[in-house]
Amino acid sequence: MLNRVLIAEDLYLLRDGLVHLLQAHGFTVVAAVESGPELLKALIELKPDVSIVDVRLPPTFTDEGLQASLEARRQIPGLPILILSQHVEQLYAQELLADGTGAIGYLLKDRVFNSDQFVDAVRRVAAGGTAMDPEVIAKLLASNVRHEPLGRLTPREREVLEAMAEGRSNAAISQRLFLSESAVAKHTASIFAKLDLSPSDDDNRRVLAVLAYLNAAKGG
Amino acid sequence: MLLGMTVVQVAVFLLTIPVLVLSFGLGLVPLFPPHMRLIRRLADTTRRSVGIASPYLPPPPPPRPGPDGMYRSDRTLYKTPRIPAWNDRWKWLFSDPATWRDAIWLLLDPLVKVLLLPVFLLMPRRGLRVYTAWAAMLLASTAARQLEGQVEHLTQIRSMAVDNQAAEMRRIERDLHDGAQARLVALGMTLGAVEELVEKDPGAAKALLRKAREVSSDALTELRQVVRGIHPPVLAERGLEDAVRAMAMDSPLRVKVDADLPHRAESPVEAAVYFAISELLSNAARHGGATEALIDISHVGRDLRVTVADNGLGGADPSKGSGLYGIERRLSVFDGVVALHSPPGGPTTVTLHVPKVLPEHWAGDSKMPRWKTAAVILLWGTAWCPLFPQGIVAAIMLILGKQDFSWFLVTYLPPGWQWPTCIFLIMLGTLMYVLAILLPLQHSKEARLAGMTPRGLGLGGC
Repeated sequence: MLNRVLIAEDLYLLRDGLVHLLQAHGFTVVAAVESGPELLKALIELKPDVSIVDVRLPPTFTDEGLQASLEARRQIPGLPILILSQHVEQLYAQELLADGTGAIGYLLKDRVFNSDQFVDAVRRVAAGGTAMDPEVIAKLLASNVRHEPLGRLTPREREVLEAMAEGRSNAAISQRLFLSESAVAKHTASIFAKLDLSPSDDDNRRVLAVLAYLNAAKGG
Repeated sequence: MLLGMTVVQVAVFLLTIPVLVLSFGLGLVPLFPPHMRLIRRLADTTRRSVGIASPYLPPPPPPRPGPDGMYRSDRTLYKTPRIPAWNDRWKWLFSDPATWRDAIWLLLDPLVKVLLLPVFLLMPRRGLRVYTAWAAMLLASTAARQLEGQVEHLTQIRSMAVDNQAAEMRRIERDLHDGAQARLVALGMTLGAVEELVEKDPGAAKALLRKAREVSSDALTELRQVVRGIHPPVLAERGLEDAVRAMAMDSPLRVKVDADLPHRAESPVEAAVYFAISELLSNAARHGGATEALIDISHVGRDLRVTVADNGLGGADPSKGSGLYGIERRLSVFDGVVALHSPPGGPTTVTLHVPKVLPEHWAGDSKMPRWKTAAVILLWGTAWCPLFPQGIVAAIMLILGKQDFSWFLVTYLPPGWQWPTCIFLIMLGTLMYVLAILLPLQHSKEARLAGMTPRGLGLGGC
């Protein structure tokens, strides 16, 4: 069971809330830190199953948390980390996804409000999957929609693509969009065909492929 | 051209004498202003040809009627603005020192030109340089006028900055009031209702709580937008380059960002430039119909330079939209300028140039080259030798007439050479000290002209 969790958050109330929330869902909080240097040390020494990290941390209150996470993942590739932030940026999403190892999450702090979905995202990241905030995906899609071949997708396929890019499995997508799993599978196959991506059963590789595609389309 | 103008100058000068006589001697004062304008035009032509900025005071604003519809000039009221306007112009012309400097120039200039004529014919370039120096003496603005202009400029900028800030504050106040604040009020009311319902109807209370959560989410979203409008988070976290990259990613255009800034500028400058770029990008997408854009952020010494180019339709007119004007206003606080090049049919290129806003310590290489450091140390270490024992002390000994000290250079020289050598040594020592002080000072001045540094002078001594 992957349940050793680290929390890096400088606001006491939110940190405490997260600790309680995760403990209530069966996680063990191995450390709760509140600054960038502490975080990097704890990440490398404890190698938690999953870490929940705020982007802005003391001492500089810039992007300490993000930098520490990227550094830790350089040293331990694929270390599962879920980034929380007051705002989401495509730029940061791109940096987090750049190493292609998965086990990464990037969510708005508001998502903590919905504890079931949030805990689900934490579990997904711990298991090596991805959890991208719908807002990041919406921005990615919005800035790509004018360009071929994304424009060729049907509205339904776009919805499936959005859910898929957030990191959801076919089962989760079928629940959310009220579709049968086989219908979702058909849509995903069609999306992959339209985007010239090699189809894959592995949820994580699938998501990374989609995100890589979106980023590449944007960059080019 | 300059020589050709001499004829006109002489003519105007000859005309000046009767005009002065008529206007001040016979009271035909109205002749004075038109004649002064004529002289100014002549002087301005010369200024343009040798590259001197116009030094005149700004003309007076047109007179404004009082509440009774009358125009006031000192203690007299007039029905029409003609006489007050004339009075203002008269005062303006008469009190401007440039007017009288022009007159002196007009008197002397033909003479100078005749004197310089052989130089002009033999060495046109040097002649022009000498003439420019002469013209600058009388035609350029005085230091006082320059300072006045600067004060005027700063006053203008200050009021602009205050206005900008007040407008921003009002916008933020409105955004908060209409957005997040209203949502929080709704949230409070919903929670109040939940409090009442929670025992009677737990199901309804639960539904209301869900709604409360949504409202709090919306309030957060709106606060995020307000924050973005005040100071974008990436700008605070990463600085201008990454903030512009993040902006480029969110833009509907395909934007390529080239950035080369090893250090960050002050945060108000970053914000102003960020919002300027943001405005330019959205203009390109909205009005120019562009699909691609290129943003280049670079530096020239301590100046920050940003170029935004797009492939849109072009034909952007700063006088039509308020966007470019707003950018100009925002940047003018930092003495920044905006250059627009937008021919009909495109492409549009806008260059923002903000002078002297990047940190000083990386304007060029901040460290002195090694040979300079060595020279300065050598100068400090040896300059005392020619100055004190061999120079000043030797001079005192010469005055006292004592010749029996064996360690003075001068005592070994024939009597005729003693004083010149002594003075030379004192001057050499002083010069070495001056150099030792000036070398580092001059290095820290950013606009260092190549080859100005004296070489091979640091090797004197005893």
